[in-house]
Amino acid sequence: MNEGLRTPEGGRIDRSRVVHFSFDGRAYTGVAGDTLASALLANGVHLMGRSFKYHRPRGVLASGAEEPNALVAVRRDAARYTPNLRATQVELYEGLEAHSQNRWPSLAFDLGAVNDLLAPFIPAGFYYKTFMWPRSAWQSLYEPRIRAAAGLGRAPTEADPDRYASRYGHCDVLIVGAGPAGLAAAAAAAASGARVMLCDEQNEFGGSLLAADPHGATAIEGRPAAQWLKQTLAALGSNARVTLLPRTTAFGYFPHNLLGLNERLTDHLADPHPEVPRERQWQVRAREVVLATGAIERPLVFPGNDRPGIMLAGAARTWLNRYAVLPGTRAVVVTACDEAYPVALELQGAGVFIASIADVRGPEDGPWAAKARAAGIPVLTGATVLGTAGRRRVNSILLARLQDGEPSDTQTQPCDLVLMCGGFTPSVHLFSQSRGKLLWDEGLQAFLPGTPAERARSAGACRGVFALGAALADGAAAGAAAAREATAAARTGVCPSGAAATPAVQPAAGGGAGFAGALPQPAGARGRAFVDWQNDVTTRDLTLATREGFRSIEHVKRYTTTGMATDQGKTSNLNALGIVSRALGKAIPEVGLTSFRMPYTPVSFGGFAGPARGELFDPVRTTPMHEWARAQGAVFEDVGLWKRARYFPRGAEHMHAALGRECLAVRNACGIFDASTLGKIEVVGQDAVTFMNRLYVNAWTSLAVGRCRYGLLLRDDGFVYDDGVVARVSENRFHVTTTTGGAPRVLAMMEDYLQTEWSDLKVWLTSTTEEWAVIAVQGPNARAVLAGLVDIDLAAAALPHMSVAPGYICGVPMRLFRVSFTGELGFEVNVPADFGPAVWEAIWDAGQAHGITPYGTETMHVLRAEKGYIIVGQDTDGTVTPDDAGLGWAIGKNKPDFVGKRSLARPAMTSPQRRQLVGLLTTDPQTVVEEGTQVMAQAGARAPARALGHITSSYHSAVLGRSIALGLVAGGRARTGQTLYVSIPGGEVPVEVASPVFYDPQGRRLHA
Amino acid sequence: MRDLSAARRPPLVSASTALHALPPATRYVLRGGADVRAAAGSALGLAIPATACRATVGADRAALWLGPDEWLLIAPHAPPPAFGAALAAALEGLAHSLVDVSHRQSALVVSGPQAATLLAAGCPLDLDASAFPVGMCTRTMLAKAEVVLWRTEPQVFRVEVWRSFVAYVAQFLGEAARGII
Amino acid sequence: MLLIDCPYCGERPEPEFVYGGQAHIARPPQPAQATAQQWADYLYRRDNTRGVHAERWRHTHGCGRFFNALRDTTTDHFLATYRLGEPVPTAAATVRR
Repeated sequence: MNEGLRTPEGGRIDRSRVVHFSFDGRAYTGVAGDTLASALLANGVHLMGRSFKYHRPRGVLASGAEEPNALVAVRRDAARYTPNLRATQVELYEGLEAHSQNRWPSLAFDLGAVNDLLAPFIPAGFYYKTFMWPRSAWQSLYEPRIRAAAGLGRAPTEADPDRYASRYGHCDVLIVGAGPAGLAAAAAAAASGARVMLCDEQNEFGGSLLAADPHGATAIEGRPAAQWLKQTLAALGSNARVTLLPRTTAFGYFPHNLLGLNERLTDHLADPHPEVPRERQWQVRAREVVLATGAIERPLVFPGNDRPGIMLAGAARTWLNRYAVLPGTRAVVVTACDEAYPVALELQGAGVFIASIADVRGPEDGPWAAKARAAGIPVLTGATVLGTAGRRRVNSILLARLQDGEPSDTQTQPCDLVLMCGGFTPSVHLFSQSRGKLLWDEGLQAFLPGTPAERARSAGACRGVFALGAALADGAAAGAAAAREATAAARTGVCPSGAAATPAVQPAAGGGAGFAGALPQPAGARGRAFVDWQNDVTTRDLTLATREGFRSIEHVKRYTTTGMATDQGKTSNLNALGIVSRALGKAIPEVGLTSFRMPYTPVSFGGFAGPARGELFDPVRTTPMHEWARAQGAVFEDVGLWKRARYFPRGAEHMHAALGRECLAVRNACGIFDASTLGKIEVVGQDAVTFMNRLYVNAWTSLAVGRCRYGLLLRDDGFVYDDGVVARVSENRFHVTTTTGGAPRVLAMMEDYLQTEWSDLKVWLTSTTEEWAVIAVQGPNARAVLAGLVDIDLAAAALPHMSVAPGYICGVPMRLFRVSFTGELGFEVNVPADFGPAVWEAIWDAGQAHGITPYGTETMHVLRAEKGYIIVGQDTDGTVTPDDAGLGWAIGKNKPDFVGKRSLARPAMTSPQRRQLVGLLTTDPQTVVEEGTQVMAQAGARAPARALGHITSSYHSAVLGRSIALGLVAGGRARTGQTLYVSIPGGEVPVEVASPVFYDPQGRRLHA
Repeated sequence: MRDLSAARRPPLVSASTALHALPPATRYVLRGGADVRAAAGSALGLAIPATACRATVGADRAALWLGPDEWLLIAPHAPPPAFGAALAAALEGLAHSLVDVSHRQSALVVSGPQAATLLAAGCPLDLDASAFPVGMCTRTMLAKAEVVLWRTEPQVFRVEVWRSFVAYVAQFLGEAARGII
Repeated sequence: MLLIDCPYCGERPEPEFVYGGQAHIARPPQPAQATAQQWADYLYRRDNTRGVHAERWRHTHGCGRFFNALRDTTTDHFLATYRLGEPVPTAAATVRR
């Protein structure tokens, strides 16, 4: 194929650089500077997609982000497959491979088009009305079929291999849109010295100037427009305080002037470097925002208005002047405003035959009619369109005048191009996302920005200032004012102080009102007039919805799906509103407007994820001894963000065997365990003991220096929040430990009470979780292992259970705890973290003679369960009191108050029927029930029988040679000896209620 | 008994043009009121900052304001008692808290003409010199890790990171460096 | 991502902060003497304000301080932030640029 429709000169393209590409497997050429759409049009290809519901053939309607029809997939490889791109925004690169969507087997011959013949039977709400019975069929039958038949592009089948970057940006003034108003705003703001960011979704800055007639008389500041553009960009580009972001879509406007920008870095490159990110997602905080987002031309709604070759007049101007492409050879222009006339004349000048201009206004001539007639173009005023013909490309249009609903002057005009201009809809998407109020302007037939909710102002066409000169002045004024506000000396905050933040918009004149709604048709006219091209919503769907009783535009939208496609109704919303307004006999502002939501155009998931994927999805926290454990072949588990060694299999050993071996080693010899992840908080100050007394349930005053106590922390609602050993290191210094997962929230709770309730206390909290490496040495041989390494007397009399001593281990300073979470004689060696690995290895070496065995968290869980020690969050769930957990003994009896004490006095908290922690022993010692299983009073209970409780912990105990379980059971302690029932896969098993302490209930081993 | 007093193993960071780790240092978190600030300042020969988010620097030591009654004191690595003992003696009798956190965190340095841009990949603060001048320091977030960020020179930032987050922060900054084109 | 004016550090981005619920709810000074209703109110009862709401924030990943703020829940705009112990700013004092 050659580019037969390329004009011999002009355009912002480089004819010397030919670019090869394919569309649906067919090879074409374009040139550098083309989009996929412009290159296809240059090759005479108008058919670029099939519609969503009826599978009607569709060509390009627009030339930019608003395009509803020409949705394509671009494929680089199986993993790099991007569906639903607008062909008008896909920059051409060498080797580009594009595919059409929503058709089978091919774009030209699509079996789905049978829907088009069935159209009379599938109006709005068809799915809701039809696929109702039987109810079960919706999920299994109807929905999957409908989804398969509809659907937009398919998702890529492999993981996305590209990189995505993130960046926070900050500026005085962010300007969205680099058309004339945005450029003028940027120039004015930059001139004042402000930090400026300017972004635009297109590859080139210039907006409407890029489509201006190069031979036209347009001048800016006494220079040709193109020269002004070049010089303005050069000046901005050389200013270090200005950041220019082309190919960057401002997709969302978030509170406090935060805008989300999606910058596309490599999608336009033939061979992007794999190290370079594909996109960069910006979160930009701007002191002031200038929205210069322009306006979108509105289509006209008439029967058959969706055939390929029927497009917006402004799009045709873009194809001609920016891309040097003739979109057709014989055109008919249908317009509701003046702006289409110069387009017709420019196309005529380029050699397109303009068969007719049908102006829906009139019958009097407008100011441009005489010029058109002078150029030999017939003008039909007071016109309407009765229909069009042509399957894969329009080939004629039926024009007429309507008088009292009767057609006259009917004429069929052969053509291969129909240009529409229904007026211009200001792009208020971002303004509306920011919760700014929109006002209806009757003269412009448009919603305009009213009072902003953020520190933002709109400039140019997006607030109805259409004329070039006026838009430039408007932009310059907005840029200067924004810079002034942003850099004002007294300025703080990004929140407007009130309604007076920015004056309400006073739109300047200079733009046609246009037309909102459907062109009038004779009574009983047939033919479908499309309002929403992407979702195939017609005038009839909308009027049907109003006849069926829908009044709110929000309901009409959802019932008909108008405006709900990926284009968010950029071309359709106002026409839909006009139609509904007329059908209901209510003015447009009374009908209201649907919400604009982010993103303005679709943004890739990769952009949102940024670098936070794979290993960077979340921080992976490891302890100082992690490498040793890894070298020993440990199996790790995730505990919060931490990696903890779960067990240490030997060779091909299975978990069950490894756990049994590790458990017995601790019970019979000695185990070594990495407890570094436990939270640690240093509570220091002259009021430290008062603070501890008020916070924890325990009595702390009586705790001597050098001793430890099991601390229990409640919330003020009386339920267990966290626990851990607390050591009194000196008179005014406590070493508090927390659960691994609870460390941040315990510190936060402590700070909360300290700062907001007890700010008079002279006590301070410092997290020392990561200061210490903690090496637990547990088992009957633990003393023998450590004795030769430390400078502390380890005898039971000198260092009894629950004590702490400062000292040195191998010359390294240490806090040595004599504590146990296993029920055995045990020590926890705390050393500064950098020393952790060396000290661990020293203990390991010393332990070789004493049967030392490394054990992991799973073994730790079994060992503590054998002793009935709870794990907060496993054996408690936020509804468990100290007494429920069997920890009532920990409560300081003579304290006037502690956090949670008042709640424990509530009658419901002392009921004997509360669920209490008990031991549960299966009759068959080898059966290990599942954690979480319900505990029932009777065998064979069926729903809705009420459970007595549930299993919280369940293991096989190697030392006991049987299964053990802990559970929360209603009135559980009084049920000791009773038989209850627990379901297992395929049945249920009896369990006997027992003490939760299964091993060494007298604690002799602990105090050895 | 073996002597392990020199057997430190700080978190490993592979250096690149823009990023390297600093050797171990002595660090204390000091808490207290104006009296504590004054006494500690005299003992250290260094004015402890009263101004929010500012650091003061002496010949070999620095004091970073982290909160209205909270400072991070940094000095070269020395055997444990030296620095802390002198400080503790000077603060005797004053309501205060002094906690050794030398091993809790590591220091990374991000430097070069793109240093601020690199950090902007994950730090939501405005790092322009007008908003974050030399001498400014603060706790903040860098991607999903809490850090203390301190601009020591126009193109040099010191990043104090809790040790288990060091690998994550270093990897994140390495990835971010690829994004600067 | 809101921009929050910490009374100690100045304007800082929301990721550094943790929301702390409604402000000015004091824990009964002598809980043992509190009636069940008083205690329940302290624990559970909160306003659901449409408009200006006094609430707590903590600059957790900054200076670590709790402080109070007046925020309009319909716009997310902060009218004022103030330190613990300081009185609730009057309407006149909350008008800011």
